[in-house]
Amino acid sequence: MRAVYLVSGGVSKFTKARHDKTFQGIVKEAVDYTVNDLGIEYKNFLELTDGSVASYFSDHFQRQLMSGIMAQDYLGLCPKPSHRVEGGGATGGLAFQEGYKAIASGYMDLCCVYGFETMSHVETWKGNEFIALASDVSFDFPVGGFYSGYYAMMVVRHMKEFGTTVEQMAHVSVKNHRNAYHNPYAQKRQKLTIEDVRQSTMVAWPLTRLDICVMSDGAASVVLASEEGVRKLEKASGQTLPKVKVTGIGRGTDAMRMSDRPHKKVPLLSFEKEADYKNLKYPGIHSFRAGRSAASEAYKNAGIKNPMEELDFVELHDAYTSSEIQTYEDLGLCRYGEGGEMATSGKTFMPGIDYGMKLKEKPVCPVNPSGGLIACGHPVGATGLMQAVFALWQLQGTIAKHFKDEALQVKGAKRGLIHSHAGTGTYVTVSILEAA
Amino acid sequence: MKKKFIDRIREMKGGEILEPVIFPDSLDSLKTMAPIIIKQPYAIDYIHSYGQDSPWFAGLANKKLLGTKCCKCGYVFATPKLSCMECGAECDWVELPQEGRIHSFTVCHFGAEAFLDQCPFILGLIEFEGADTLLLTRLVGPNPNEANLKWVGMKVKAEFVQKPECKPTDVYFVPV
Ligand SMILES: [Zn+2]
Repeated sequence: MRAVYLVSGGVSKFTKARHDKTFQGIVKEAVDYTVNDLGIEYKNFLELTDGSVASYFSDHFQRQLMSGIMAQDYLGLCPKPSHRVEGGGATGGLAFQEGYKAIASGYMDLCCVYGFETMSHVETWKGNEFIALASDVSFDFPVGGFYSGYYAMMVVRHMKEFGTTVEQMAHVSVKNHRNAYHNPYAQKRQKLTIEDVRQSTMVAWPLTRLDICVMSDGAASVVLASEEGVRKLEKASGQTLPKVKVTGIGRGTDAMRMSDRPHKKVPLLSFEKEADYKNLKYPGIHSFRAGRSAASEAYKNAGIKNPMEELDFVELHDAYTSSEIQTYEDLGLCRYGEGGEMATSGKTFMPGIDYGMKLKEKPVCPVNPSGGLIACGHPVGATGLMQAVFALWQLQGTIAKHFKDEALQVKGAKRGLIHSHAGTGTYVTVSILEAA
Repeated sequence: MKKKFIDRIREMKGGEILEPVIFPDSLDSLKTMAPIIIKQPYAIDYIHSYGQDSPWFAGLANKKLLGTKCCKCGYVFATPKLSCMECGAECDWVELPQEGRIHSFTVCHFGAEAFLDQCPFILGLIEFEGADTLLLTRLVGPNPNEANLKWVGMKVKAEFVQKPECKPTDVYFVPV
């Protein structure tokens, strides 16, 4: 396999509703930014790019089939090869990895991956219904299809199994909203307290409105390149690109119906022992087996043994505060059962930011320095690519340039992880990025 | 007469324009025009077959709770699967006990549009003696405003609706 570089990215502002542009126009915004940042003319970009991957989740939010090709032609990328990728909430992560494969395999030297979602086309509760259609329509949806309800059941079991508390979950909300305060792309930039989170409207016990991400309109895009692709771009722009290498990808899956998830043994990471989990039945509904599978594969490819020590930051799929805690464990940032404690320890917070509360330990590996989905928003097809863009800027050390604020720059970041996750943990992707 | 340029979002009701669409004198200012937003209704009846899972719904109509069991490895599915997820062999229909325990639950104070008028309602995943997987169902009886972790492990039993509709809500669970 060939080396794959992430060389540029762009994100549109995520907002509740972008009535000012069609989805094609929003995608163009993200791609324009991506091309500008490469320091080349758009026409140059069209000449050099070998093809693309389109990332979007839903056909019924827009009541438009084949949206992908409409973005492709608007971007001026026809007749170059392209295909659409869909995998629920993990759509963006999967699309990123499809771009990776196109480069690694030698099929392309330069691949543009663009993603979008415009969820404002229907009312919020209809939107929730559409999302819940990503659950079995024979056995699950008719019982009371509601994604927040599904995740609530998962965390109730996590609480029962490990003693995780709602205050620990609230810490994630405070952290991510507070981080987003310095991210101009974020939809919700708020200074909150634990009490604010707990006293906010109850949505699905024990998850409140501030434990849950919001629906958004938005787009994001990246350009992936081979060594040869990088050379072409550098020749065209006349400058050296601050590039980032994709050193490992991993994926996993689990059964659509939570009721079908097995109760077996934990697939161990290198620092874990079977004795750590003597009485734990895994994954049940408390953990995401797909996340563990994706992490384990990505770590193997990137040669990572102890993720907490070897990663400088993580951008993970926090559609719910509870899933951030569960994901700490799947990714091996701590052992299973220790996620709640990790959330309050301070280890996953940003240095130099005042969260308005006392934290026991110093930051070790900031998680969701951008603010994550909870604060940035979750325009599904764009989300996983937004993570890639923010991670690229972290590793380039260009956060200050793009955010017009340096507070969220993880100083000297060399290696980061991005994690994309689909409904109740059905598809999960993990990609490792390193400063090259 | 000076025409008033559209400078805010326009709403239309059922395709009827609420006020006249006004056009500027010069094309140069068109890029600053506010978007025009219309409504597009969408409704459809899907022809949904339960296929090989159909006996489960017929069971509910006859106050029987069915699951499936793998012919080869014996794995028991409390939500039916006719192909074993563990070994790929075919499964047979078996009757499940009508009593079980709450494995996990939530109280939905909001929901998809289709269920909003039923909020708050309780969703539960039920575990059964001798079954390897769970069943998603509605729980009726516990006070939705008193949700707490002690509900996990509670003994519950199946109740069947009087007028079955061949939906998974033909069965629900209540505390024993
Ligand atoms: Zn079997």
